[in-house]
Amino acid sequence: MVLGLAKGWSVAGYTLALFIIMPLIALIVQSFLPDEAVFGHLFNTVLPTYISNSLWLMLWVVVGSLFIAVPAAWLVAKCQFPGRQIFQWALLLPLAMPAYVVAYVYTDLFDYAGPVQGALRSFFGWQTPQDYFFPEVRSLGGASIMLALVLFPYIYLLARTAFMEQSASLSQATRVMGCGPWKSFWRLSLPMARPALAVGAALVAMETAADFATVSYFAVPTLTTAVYDTWFEYGSLTAAAKLSTIMLLVIFAMVGFERFARRKQKLFQKQSTPGELDIYPLSGLKAFAATTYCGALLTLAFLLPFIILLQYAYGYFSESWNEEFFEYSFNSLWISMLVSVICVAIGIVLMFIRRISPRRADILPSRLASTGYALPGTVLAIGILVPFTRLDFAINDLVEYLGFQGPGLILTGSSFIIVCAFTIRFAAIAIGSIENSYKRISPSLDMAGITMGLKPLGLLRWVHIPLLRKGIFAGLLLVFIECMKELPAALLLRPIGFENLATYVFQFVSDEQLEHGALAAIVIVLVGLVPLIYLNRSLEQDN
Amino acid sequence: MKMVKSLAVIGLACFASIANAADRLTVYSYRQAFLIDPILENFTKETGVKVDVVFSKKGIAERMVREGRLSKADIVLTSDFYRLMELVEKDLVVPASSDILKQNIPAKYRSPDDEWYALTMRVRNIYSSKDRLGKLDINYEDLADPKYKGKICTRSGKHPYNVSLVASMIAHYGEQETKTWLEGWKANLARKPQGNDRAQVKAVSEGLCDLAVGNSYYLGKMLQNPDQKQWADAIEINFPNQDNRGSHINVSGMALAKHSKNQALALQLMEYLSGNKAQQAYAEVNFEYPVKADVQPSELVASWGEFKADDLPIYKLAEYHGAAIKLLDEVKFDL
Repeated sequence: MVLGLAKGWSVAGYTLALFIIMPLIALIVQSFLPDEAVFGHLFNTVLPTYISNSLWLMLWVVVGSLFIAVPAAWLVAKCQFPGRQIFQWALLLPLAMPAYVVAYVYTDLFDYAGPVQGALRSFFGWQTPQDYFFPEVRSLGGASIMLALVLFPYIYLLARTAFMEQSASLSQATRVMGCGPWKSFWRLSLPMARPALAVGAALVAMETAADFATVSYFAVPTLTTAVYDTWFEYGSLTAAAKLSTIMLLVIFAMVGFERFARRKQKLFQKQSTPGELDIYPLSGLKAFAATTYCGALLTLAFLLPFIILLQYAYGYFSESWNEEFFEYSFNSLWISMLVSVICVAIGIVLMFIRRISPRRADILPSRLASTGYALPGTVLAIGILVPFTRLDFAINDLVEYLGFQGPGLILTGSSFIIVCAFTIRFAAIAIGSIENSYKRISPSLDMAGITMGLKPLGLLRWVHIPLLRKGIFAGLLLVFIECMKELPAALLLRPIGFENLATYVFQFVSDEQLEHGALAAIVIVLVGLVPLIYLNRSLEQDN
Repeated sequence: MKMVKSLAVIGLACFASIANAADRLTVYSYRQAFLIDPILENFTKETGVKVDVVFSKKGIAERMVREGRLSKADIVLTSDFYRLMELVEKDLVVPASSDILKQNIPAKYRSPDDEWYALTMRVRNIYSSKDRLGKLDINYEDLADPKYKGKICTRSGKHPYNVSLVASMIAHYGEQETKTWLEGWKANLARKPQGNDRAQVKAVSEGLCDLAVGNSYYLGKMLQNPDQKQWADAIEINFPNQDNRGSHINVSGMALAKHSKNQALALQLMEYLSGNKAQQAYAEVNFEYPVKADVQPSELVASWGEFKADDLPIYKLAEYHGAAIKLLDEVKFDL
């Protein structure tokens, strides 16, 4: 679309993008500074284990998520069985559950003292841990299972949409040719959904790389926990920055892979409306198996941990229902709301520029701005502190030079830094959501608007924004959920006296007393549920 | 419009958090808030000075480095001697000279240059299972004894309490021998190092291991907690190395922040923390050993008996801290 867009828009676009990639730049600069051989020492001792732990963890979580999400998505999209209506949205619920809470609950159930091993011991008469073998919950394998249980919905969501969008005529053709549901799944649905699965897998891998709390609770050192420890144990910001840079290389390789997969997706996917004809009715044993599978998945990933949380919260209600609880809930809420609004605003501005600017160079800012999501919270925190601390000192120097009392650390010492960090990390989600919505607005509408004399701002206000409503809302909700759950960035950046629900809950988890934080954990989950259910509704209506 | 509004909201949020009145102190604390809050509340009651506490398990020194002269910290509380040394090393504290402090805290528990003061002592004990091992006459060296193979539990080797234990071993035996000892200890572990000291006691009570390393005050706290009493009841507390050099001692302590804007007031709080009332509270609430000579440990702590403490001066431990962390990485203690 060609429209004379004032230079100011480009400047604004690049400024926003620059703001978002600033931590990345700061980090890379920092990683080139000398670090008193800390990195060399790490490299020779523990780093190989950290790297291999990170890679194995990502691999297992992705494989595990695919393994549980794809059958569920296919069943829900293509088959009719009892409970399908409920599973359709309920299988998204685990997304609202912080992984470290699930990890805690399962550790309690399955470790040596837990009811499961206890029952086994009393049944078989075993006395000591040497008498029998039971897989260690707090291990790489355990962490993989925990993360897969809460991250699989990313793949489920994308796969379900892909399966549902697959042309009905194609699958009818396979039926005519005598393919049953299984064959149709293996030969048609699965290969066609591959690009969507790749996108989902990349998302899951990135979330896994960013996880801090589960692996630290499980004592599985990965690059993420190593960044944190290197900074605080060796006191070397530079060595931590070097580790972060390694981690980023791994992640960018994945983002590249995801982009590559998406490029292919365009060739494959065609819009079509699936008819009810396309659905396989399951009956008897098959229907029972389908319901059991989805039901078991939902129970393990959501219901069971949630019920145990409710039990804890009930038992410790009077201790937990206090002033702090309200203060931290309020902190979590206002930050999440503010950040989601800012992220969506950034998304609108950047995508608007990209859509109507005649300049090729204007595509770049929205691309750059999406890299923030690749920065795990710990890495982002290092990257953002370096430049903002400089800025803080510059402000104070300036104010004091003018003869006033300096304001102190107004940027890095206040909630501002958390808002910035969350914005940088999650802007990509809002940008993506608005990008998707924009794809559905016909360019001819823009032309019509311009013919009627609308200026760029008018076009945005009167034509685009009303049509983008769904994308905007979805973006707001997704960013909101992520902000409620984000832990590592908040842990490292929280200003004096500031806690939110995530840091509060994690403090109890790391002290092995989740009971006291269960109420707060429930709030995180519940607040995340409402947006998820709404989001799913609007996705379904789209189809 | 949305942008403008949201920016305005951020602005307001920032400025709201700046306000800091003159009769307020800010304490950066590695020590958990529940422990110091009651003591600070008393201080506020007596003096009218409000105290804000920032609690963090990690990274306070790094944070102060970054904040530089704009830091709000007046006093730093730590739960480990090395954190005190680190503050000195990074030039984040100034000497706090006061006759009261010197009177209250014996010379061996404070820096010769008044840069830090210990507040409480804690012993790195070895717990043993009542049923399976009973009370033991044990040395830290025995942790590497093959007869305990698969029977020992501990928290991460990189936790400051374990690092300082390793540092004390280096001070006594040198790096090479300590490394061999660490390898032996690691080989005896029943499970990968994880959880906190409390979790180790629990593991012993569950039968997962027979020996665990932990600070004494955890035991006191667990005995007080109805949910955890049964774990604590299942173990014996042993003071290691009683027939030779004595048990390894760590201290919690305090230091005056270099950029404190209100040093006189901060000093007043430090004096209060070294006084009888606060020391008594530390002893009663947290079951630690007070450093002030005329303050008694709690009844429970006293019931664990007298013990001989390692004479190694604290600053010696600090010298070997870096080497200790590196050794832990080299033997991959946590992996």
